[in-house]
Amino acid sequence: MPLSTQSQIEDEQYVFMASLDNARNISNILKAIAFKDHAVFTATPNGLKVTVEDSKCLQANAFIQVEVFQEFTIKEDVVGFQVNLTVLLDCLNIFGGSTAPGVSTALRICYKGYGYPLTLFLEEGGVVTVCKINTEEPEETIDFEFCSSDVTNKIILQSENLKEAFSELDMTSEVLQFTMSPNQPYFRLSTFGNSGNAHYDYSKDSDMMELFKCTKTQTNRYKMSLLKPSTKALALSCKVSVRTNSRGFLSLQYLIRNDDGQICFVEFYCCPDEDVEED
Amino acid sequence: MKFRAKIVDVACLNHFSRVVTTISKLTKSCVLRLTPDNLFFVMSGKVANGGVSMWCELAQANFFDEYQMEGVSAEDNEICLELTPENLSRALRTLQNAKVLKVKLAKKHCPCLTIAAELPTLSSVGKVVTHTVPVDVIPRRLWHELKEPSMPDFDVSIYLPPLKTMKNVVDRMKNLSNFLVVKANLNGEMNLKIETDLVSVSTHFRDLGNPPWGDDASQDGGPSQSRDPDSMAEARVDIRRLQQFLMGQQINPTKAMCNIVHQKVVHLILLHEDMSLQYFIPAVA
Repeated sequence: MPLSTQSQIEDEQYVFMASLDNARNISNILKAIAFKDHAVFTATPNGLKVTVEDSKCLQANAFIQVEVFQEFTIKEDVVGFQVNLTVLLDCLNIFGGSTAPGVSTALRICYKGYGYPLTLFLEEGGVVTVCKINTEEPEETIDFEFCSSDVTNKIILQSENLKEAFSELDMTSEVLQFTMSPNQPYFRLSTFGNSGNAHYDYSKDSDMMELFKCTKTQTNRYKMSLLKPSTKALALSCKVSVRTNSRGFLSLQYLIRNDDGQICFVEFYCCPDEDVEED
Repeated sequence: MKFRAKIVDVACLNHFSRVVTTISKLTKSCVLRLTPDNLFFVMSGKVANGGVSMWCELAQANFFDEYQMEGVSAEDNEICLELTPENLSRALRTLQNAKVLKVKLAKKHCPCLTIAAELPTLSSVGKVVTHTVPVDVIPRRLWHELKEPSMPDFDVSIYLPPLKTMKNVVDRMKNLSNFLVVKANLNGEMNLKIETDLVSVSTHFRDLGNPPWGDDASQDGGPSQSRDPDSMAEARVDIRRLQQFLMGQQINPTKAMCNIVHQKVVHLILLHEDMSLQYFIPAVA
């Protein structure tokens, strides 16, 4: 329907409505988890969580806190829907997603509830775009049961250092092996590719290590193809927390600062590829 | 049949090169029509190119310092050559800093345009580089296909929004759909819209202004005065054709316009001081 008929009465029909001065603040975060088309959106009074999964082995969650939005209204405790993320990203970048200073796309997201499309109003330089993205029945997301009490090893480091290692990773290796230990090699990434094995070691005392809390030596392998999508989030992030639990599940949490200096989180959970004999 | 021309001015050379590059992005093959006063790049709306047609007109005096031609006969003082604009564009691009550029119609193994350029060197001896672009001479009996398309009897004529903005929007829409509906009215409003099973997206441009065709006696077929200014004329087009037009253009036009014949055709016009480019995209059902 045309913009002119949008009235306050209309506004009241929305179960969820949020607005943002700069659409890039959410499109950047969503791009970091856009490795599959289907994304489950969960809006709560705390903000928006977007979940993408692959092969029941990998789950990515983007958390966009309520502070990131200029307006955030929710009429129920939880509002959930599923949309095609690739389509959503094309809509959010309809004006090209310019990074030029002083140019930004204002965004308003509206959702009337079950069965209705997700409506986006975007405006840049006086030009308005209205997008209606059909919503789907939200699929059940996996509960990785990754609770903090069960964390065996945890480190926090500045992303810069992990970026370097990831950019040099041997992609011919099927797996990426994480070794975390209270003793040497402390934190080690290993690949087993066509041209041989490679190890990247991080000392626990270096400046880039912000936290080192490893209680037990753990060596786990994760499919490279599953970890590859997380490099997008890594590229945007300033800090990363690497955790493993007693079952060898991996959690990577990326702290991302947006254009306006606000903080968002993107987290990845990944199943171990196989059990490796501990030595 | 004779043709030879010379460009000395580097700005003219760059401008000519940009025009040819623009043409090369729009079509693989087109006809270069030469008359004593003008050069035309023409593509007629054949099924093979999706019914799209193009008409680009350049005043020779604004590009060339010397321009001599002799057509097939005194009455039909024209030459029509079919060529691949990309070949011409590539030649011109590599000769961008030429001191002098000479274009000549020649017959080697086959008819061709030779583009000879004198390039600056560090020594006093100049370096001459010659490119050869093969052409097909179009016989007189086929010229009727190369007439200037008549101004369609459009329902709405409107100035286009900034082409860069339009390109961004159309690029994204192309990711989502194969077809796009262009709508405009006489109130300076234009909408671009796509609709698929997954999503509908419509972008609304306002305050674009409508060109004053009606007052100009040389233009017939302007929109009727009685048309309701808010009523939209629309045409559904193959989004690739529109994208191609927006992507390739390097002309930096002083005016960009769009005429819509309701459910028939979208007619795009780019005007620059010494050239004009018209592009016709037929509507699809």
